[in-house]
Amino acid sequence: MSTATPLLEAQGISKRFGSVQALYQVDLTLYAGEVLGLVGDNGAGKSTLIKSISGNHRIDDGQFFFEGAPATINDPKDAARLGIEVVYQDLALCDNLTVTQNMFLGREETGRTGFLTESLMRRKAAETMRSLAVTTLGSVDLNVARLSGGQRQSVAVAKAVMWNSKAVILDEPTAALGVAQTRQVLDLVRRLADQGLGVVIISHNLHDLFEVADRFLVLRLGQSIGTYRREDTSQQEIVEAITAGAISAVPGQETSLSEVLA
Amino acid sequence: MTASATDTGSPAEESSRAPQPEQAGRRMTMAEGVTQWRSSVASGDIGSLPVVLGLAAITIIFQAQNSNFLSAQNITNLILQLASIALISTGIVFVLLIGEIDLSVAATAGVGAMLIARLVAEDGNEIPWLIALAAAAVAAAVIGLTHGYFVAKLGVPSLIVTLATFFVLRGLVQGPIAGGTGLIRITDPAIVGVANEFLSPALGWVIGIAAVVAYAAVLVIDDRATIRQGLVTQSTFSLAGKIVMMAVLLLGLVAITNADRGLPLLAVILGLFVVGWTVVAERTRFGRHVYAVGGNAEAARRAGIDVDRIKMACFVIGAVMAAVGGLVVASRLRSADNAIPVSNLLLNSIAAAVIGGCSLFGGRGRVVNALQGALVIGAVESGMGLLGWPSDRKFMVTGVILLLAVTIDTVTRRARQTSGRG
Repeated sequence: MSTATPLLEAQGISKRFGSVQALYQVDLTLYAGEVLGLVGDNGAGKSTLIKSISGNHRIDDGQFFFEGAPATINDPKDAARLGIEVVYQDLALCDNLTVTQNMFLGREETGRTGFLTESLMRRKAAETMRSLAVTTLGSVDLNVARLSGGQRQSVAVAKAVMWNSKAVILDEPTAALGVAQTRQVLDLVRRLADQGLGVVIISHNLHDLFEVADRFLVLRLGQSIGTYRREDTSQQEIVEAITAGAISAVPGQETSLSEVLA
Repeated sequence: MTASATDTGSPAEESSRAPQPEQAGRRMTMAEGVTQWRSSVASGDIGSLPVVLGLAAITIIFQAQNSNFLSAQNITNLILQLASIALISTGIVFVLLIGEIDLSVAATAGVGAMLIARLVAEDGNEIPWLIALAAAAVAAAVIGLTHGYFVAKLGVPSLIVTLATFFVLRGLVQGPIAGGTGLIRITDPAIVGVANEFLSPALGWVIGIAAVVAYAAVLVIDDRATIRQGLVTQSTFSLAGKIVMMAVLLLGLVAITNADRGLPLLAVILGLFVVGWTVVAERTRFGRHVYAVGGNAEAARRAGIDVDRIKMACFVIGAVMAAVGGLVVASRLRSADNAIPVSNLLLNSIAAAVIGGCSLFGGRGRVVNALQGALVIGAVESGMGLLGWPSDRKFMVTGVILLLAVTIDTVTRRARQTSGRG
């Protein structure tokens, strides 16, 4: 895996909000077919990093490479064009629309007459669900309001991956779920990677992450502490890195980062 | 599935070229259809059931009291009376769908009516009726854009924006637009014809039959497309039932109105608007985006939908349909009156959409709800008129019905929310 060209590479990413250095020289490498767990305490810069990768924040410094080639990501459309999709914690689904309608939202298919081709979309939505082995969902014609938390998460993930995306970033996908539903979502995450996607998953739940992630990237106070392979590490080592990993001094930063971000 | 990434705009490209879907499409059996219907009703998705039951109850009550209620003449009059409410209400549906409100529709109707009456008045500088209609539509569109701008771009609550424009427009109608008179007579035959023209019996039948055939064709084409995609569609019983019901309704309407003065041109105009806006709401990307904005504006924004533009468009539709309603009012009375802004039009047309089943919370409702609700309000008014009841009692009954409708919406909403499994 590590000999291949990375799917997505972020090198030396820095982002500053006013006087706060939210990210400083962060590196991230994601390979196709792997699940990368992105961990760190609150304020470590996880959200800022994924918002930079997804084009919601403009980075101050650093360089992205996608499939080996330098890439510019200035807005969400750039990210989508490359094949990077983000599933946010609040899922962004419309309760009053069906599963199919949500999955095609903003990208509805129309026939030659300009009218929606509902049955075509329903079939494609059902096929995507089948290919992801999302079997708990009764029908793609159900209103999202009638779905459980795990089913909604599955719909949000399926919506993100059905557009030929290559990298999917999941922000706390299991935060609000019960045991069985967490299982469903983790299985789905594993299947995405097995189908060749690169998956970045943010979670506070190390136990969940250890079930599904191949590698971990630990952030602390806006800096990357390091990456750890699951086989070579333990939950204890990750916790230590999250809470006490060594960080370098940021030039031009008068107060130490830990004081600013604490 | 993600391997061939040549066309990012289309999912599962390779499978869409496959000649045969994995599963064979088919029709449901009747038993499956009944099961599905029962489960959706149980989860609070009751559709048009309350309003249809309500209409049936109203009809039975009034017909029992006065046998003229279902007479050809009364039904024809009922259509003419409810048309302006129903037309304005179809526009309100779009505004309600995005979770907003428009309190200025009666004032906008007044602007439309006054403007048209004044422009076609034979005072030496009259203009052709078609241009007058276009001018009124443009004026209404400007009103709608103003609402949309304040609500979408500036974030001012629509309740206040449209309350403010109600006052402004009411003043404009009384003052500059009326040009010093309180009432302008309309003699232009085209404008008067809108609400006073009746079709010949033969033409009525042709239109009625054509409409039923078109409805059946759309249903059959939809079903065939669904089956072709390997999906399960409604049972033959359900398909046939819908077509028979539509045929009974439309051909019954033609038969009844032919027994009086004939099918009103106004009924055809109303039908075209209801069908046209239904197509826009349910079969176009724009319509889908309207529902999305009403359901979750943030989700719509993240999906790349221009939320502000959708909101502005819905306010424009609301205002233009209000002007159309104003035209109908003026045509019926053969005059435009500066009291239109303070008439019952506003409350009746909002009540119609809500009684018909539109949610005030946005994202739920159909264009046809406007017609259904207008039928309820019109039937109650017409029935009480026949019984010689004074208008104070009409108001009270309409109020009770409105409260009932909103209560049904709220209670079934709770059922819908709690039906999520786990």
